[in-house]
Amino acid sequence: MANPIRVLVAKPGLDGHDRGAKIIARALRDAGMEVIYTGLRQTPEMIVNAALQEDVQVIGLSILSGAHNAIVPRVLELLREKDMTDVRLVVGGIVPDEDAEALKKAGVAAVFQPGASLDAIVQFIRGSVEGQPAS
Amino acid sequence: MKTAERQFTTISGVPIDPLYGPAPFDLAAPGEFPYVRGIHADMYRGKLWTMRQFSGFATPEETNRRYHYLLAQGQTGLSVAFDLPTLMGYDPDHAMSLGEVGKCGASVCSLEDMEILFRGIPLGDVTVSMTINSPASVLWAMYLAVAEQQGVEWSRLSGTLQNDILKEYIAQKEYIFPPRPSMRLVTDTIEFGALHTPRFNPVSISGYHIREAGSTAVQELAFTLRDGMEYVDWALERGMDVDAFAPRLSFFFNAHSDFFEEIAKYRAARKIWALAMRDRYGARSERSWKLRFHAQTAGCSLTWQQPYNNVVRTALQAMAAVLGGAQSLHTNSLDEAYALPGEHAVTIALRTQQVLAYETGVAATPDPLGGSYFLEKLTLDTEAAAEDYIRRIDGMGGMIPAIEAGFPQSEIANASYRYQREVESQERIVVGVNRFQSEEQPIELLQIDETAGQHQEKKLAALRARRDNTRVRQTLDALSRAAEGRENTMPFLLDAVRAYASLGEIMDALRAVFGIYQETAHL
Repeated sequence: MANPIRVLVAKPGLDGHDRGAKIIARALRDAGMEVIYTGLRQTPEMIVNAALQEDVQVIGLSILSGAHNAIVPRVLELLREKDMTDVRLVVGGIVPDEDAEALKKAGVAAVFQPGASLDAIVQFIRGSVEGQPAS
Repeated sequence: MKTAERQFTTISGVPIDPLYGPAPFDLAAPGEFPYVRGIHADMYRGKLWTMRQFSGFATPEETNRRYHYLLAQGQTGLSVAFDLPTLMGYDPDHAMSLGEVGKCGASVCSLEDMEILFRGIPLGDVTVSMTINSPASVLWAMYLAVAEQQGVEWSRLSGTLQNDILKEYIAQKEYIFPPRPSMRLVTDTIEFGALHTPRFNPVSISGYHIREAGSTAVQELAFTLRDGMEYVDWALERGMDVDAFAPRLSFFFNAHSDFFEEIAKYRAARKIWALAMRDRYGARSERSWKLRFHAQTAGCSLTWQQPYNNVVRTALQAMAAVLGGAQSLHTNSLDEAYALPGEHAVTIALRTQQVLAYETGVAATPDPLGGSYFLEKLTLDTEAAAEDYIRRIDGMGGMIPAIEAGFPQSEIANASYRYQREVESQERIVVGVNRFQSEEQPIELLQIDETAGQHQEKKLAALRARRDNTRVRQTLDALSRAAEGRENTMPFLLDAVRAYASLGEIMDALRAVFGIYQETAHL
């Protein structure tokens, strides 16, 4: 069996609403992935450093405060600076459609909006790391 | 599935029997101890609940315009939503405020902003609720200073400060200092309020955020009431008489979707609190025994899909709050799964309360569902389950050790994960999300751009250049010394805000004394 997928689940910014981040972290863990949860109030620098140290393949950002347009591009920029563009960045939270499109154009692998199913998120992450959708 | 095989449970997972009653229920009348049926004999016949829409966005200037609009539409009280930098005690120009200024509420970082927020609103004539926790005493000092400027005696001020730090560690996570210095600041406000603002509620002990974080109804009830007891313990420790402050403790509960479970929760809350105040704390005043509460419909129940369905959800939740005897109510807007509400959506939400109050007849008699076999049994079961949690937390040595052990946090995380799994497996149906899906209709949304942040930064820079910075320094130094000692910090906070020290400067002074809190993340 291949090594488990490693995912960093992170809460950037001042937003303390961690219900979603914790549910996602548990669901990914239950799906056999190795999950590192950063806890709250992480700056983009802290998140990218943690991703580097933990050698993750995927970063999941949970943002519900509306600050995604300021925070996500900064994380992408740092990933480029540190030559970590192979790390997939996934965003979840309250992100309006037009912002989601813009973030995807900027390099985010997927944006999961409210109501997204846990299965769909697990499958996407597995598929994007393994290059094929899981059965 | 055949009925016999199907499990019926409340949204919190409490089993529901196939049939209830008949059974004898010995109930005191509304207005009589222990107030299961309500705290007033005549309930809404005497006075309707206060329609209080939580509101705030972008700059204090824009929020002030929204307040004038809401008052003109017949809203009867104000409720201030602050943005995340304000809630976390950062000025708009702080690095952590990047992208957050004005997004989740109004940015208020100085007395000047508070003056603007209430421009043209006489504070002696309107009740104001402020949703602020870690920096609550600072924002309250700003509010009291605005009242001074308006020439309104503090004794005439009526309203509520949320100021419930315990539920921040448990659920909402907007903490700054460690629990014990935070509790000292809360106790300072309770003590100051008992002396100077007899009509103001210094704390609104909140289950709302606990429920939004994914708790069950019983957990919401138990953790909230146990938090309340913790505040009582600290005020008694300070040497106050229980009847001097307990009548001004108020509560704030969620109004979630499971209709009967919610009504049972409010009824059980009143009973548990009345008994605790009389028997556990020896309160003698009837006013200390009566649990008064604000309710807000459940934000976490709103769906992004088919947003107009949210109007229906909110109306039913609001009806549960009214049938449960709420003193004031906020109804959520249909667009809140997306953004802060637009003016059209917030008007529908307010109209929902007005329809309930004036058209449905539910306000015509107290506790109209009292005596329902199902509701009475559910009330008793809810009470017993909450009492069990309260005993467990007592056994841990109180709420602070329980929080430090991560107990309420993991109970909530488990409940929220279980619920999400039930939605995934379609054991729970969420209309429009996991069944009855259809094409989306786009709705118009309130947009808050980065200009709010720029405006706030510019205004603060101008204020810093204009004010007497020597006086600012002196008042901050005096505050630091008071914080290091045992004096009540409120008079020192008042001096600092009157000198136009910014929120960030004041909180930095306190951070230097108290340190900051970091939680161990429990999954």
